[in-house]
Amino acid sequence: MSTEASGSGDASTATTPPMIKAVSADKYFGDLHVLKDINLEVPRGQVVVVLGPSGSGKSTLCRAINRLEPINSGSIEVDGEPLPAEGKALAALRADVGMVFQQFNLFAHKSIVENVTLGPVKVRKISQSEARTTAMELLERVGIADQADKYPAQLSGGQQQRAAIARALAMKPKVMLFDEPTSALDPEMVQEVLDTMTSLADEGMTMVVVTHEMGFARRAAHRVIFMADGEVVEDSTPEDFFSNPKSDRAKDFLGKILTH
Amino acid sequence: MFDFLTEYDILGAFWVTVQLTVYSAIGSLIWGTILAGMRVSPVPIMRAFGTAYVNIVRNIPLTLVIIAMSLGLYQTLNVALGGGTITTTNFRLAVLGFVLYTSTFVCESLRSGINTVSVGQAEAARALGLNFGQVLRMIVLPQAFRSVIGPLTSVLIALTKNTTVASTIGVAEASLLMSEMIENESDVIGLVFMTFAMGFVILTLPVGLLMGRVAKKAAVKR
Repeated sequence: MSTEASGSGDASTATTPPMIKAVSADKYFGDLHVLKDINLEVPRGQVVVVLGPSGSGKSTLCRAINRLEPINSGSIEVDGEPLPAEGKALAALRADVGMVFQQFNLFAHKSIVENVTLGPVKVRKISQSEARTTAMELLERVGIADQADKYPAQLSGGQQQRAAIARALAMKPKVMLFDEPTSALDPEMVQEVLDTMTSLADEGMTMVVVTHEMGFARRAAHRVIFMADGEVVEDSTPEDFFSNPKSDRAKDFLGKILTH
Repeated sequence: MFDFLTEYDILGAFWVTVQLTVYSAIGSLIWGTILAGMRVSPVPIMRAFGTAYVNIVRNIPLTLVIIAMSLGLYQTLNVALGGGTITTTNFRLAVLGFVLYTSTFVCESLRSGINTVSVGQAEAARALGLNFGQVLRMIVLPQAFRSVIGPLTSVLIALTKNTTVASTIGVAEASLLMSEMIENESDVIGLVFMTFAMGFVILTLPVGLLMGRVAKKAAVKR
């Protein structure tokens, strides 16, 4: 597949490596070939939306970028650094890569503000009081500062997901990965999470977003990657992809999604 | 009719039972938690050790474990665990035996608790950059403990009653005194038996009730 960065205005120069670079990455689950020869470069500041039918490998790709799913062959680099093996170096790299999960995964036994301060205090070794100040600013920004001392189960899904975004941002990540962040939400809560993500995109954060939210893809994405059966089938701008899909797979997918 | 009660130091004997239970419980909790950590660790050799240890030790009768402490460790290998007198040595040997044995049950309870914590919790912690030890200590174990307070209470009650086995190596806990009293007071044998049975119920019943409340309070809402 083509590796040129399309759509984004922030072209990377030869001296700064792309934020994410995958070279012929392959991944198997047993006999199942879930990622097939993935080649991808994401320059700094680019917002990439990954679309595709379920089982296409888009979530696996997202999880492979911080090695929650190790790939079997090929290589993945983040900010010029190849992903290290499990251990200290990998933990350090993950600290720089924010991740937001479909199921929120807030720590159930900790309050919202404790969820947000845990990483900065234990990984970044920032003082508790400083971490708390930053955490409250972030919670303010995502609109749930008044929920800071509640536990995750006491919040709505949308609030939990915004707390999870605040938790990831507290690490001051270089790049944010979103693995279907709105798929487990009630419809009326989807927008509040997308608004948070849109404002993050506007601030220039590098983002990889696996989603089914076509509106978000049109509005906030610089680039759309369409995956099917573990392969990158299309790689274009949102306008091109939605108005002029080239492959039959993409046409079929859009036909099913946009009719309702 | 109850004269015999004042002639023996029944409270003193039960105090030894309590001490055996408390020291053994603390030791079992620590060693059992370490074993559980080994059994879920990514290092194969640690997993293998944890699995082998649990499956061997929990299948040996406790009496044999305790006798092994005395005959094997003390009398053959001369390990006295720093005990100056034979009384303290036997007490410490018994505690060690109880810890080695009970920790396997703590480990297995805890491991079932770890399985109740969703994989996503650990993934989110790893994604923040926490290492394996931190993920286990700060995220997984605190939640696992809260979900296994009930099973751990059963282990604690079993341990309390199991301390009677220490009498086989001469630790002067409640059941040793009971044997002595049964021999000397054969006319009130039923009363002697009832006294000690009630003594154990008085020790364990409040523990069960209290821990039931703690479990309810500590439960993690999901």
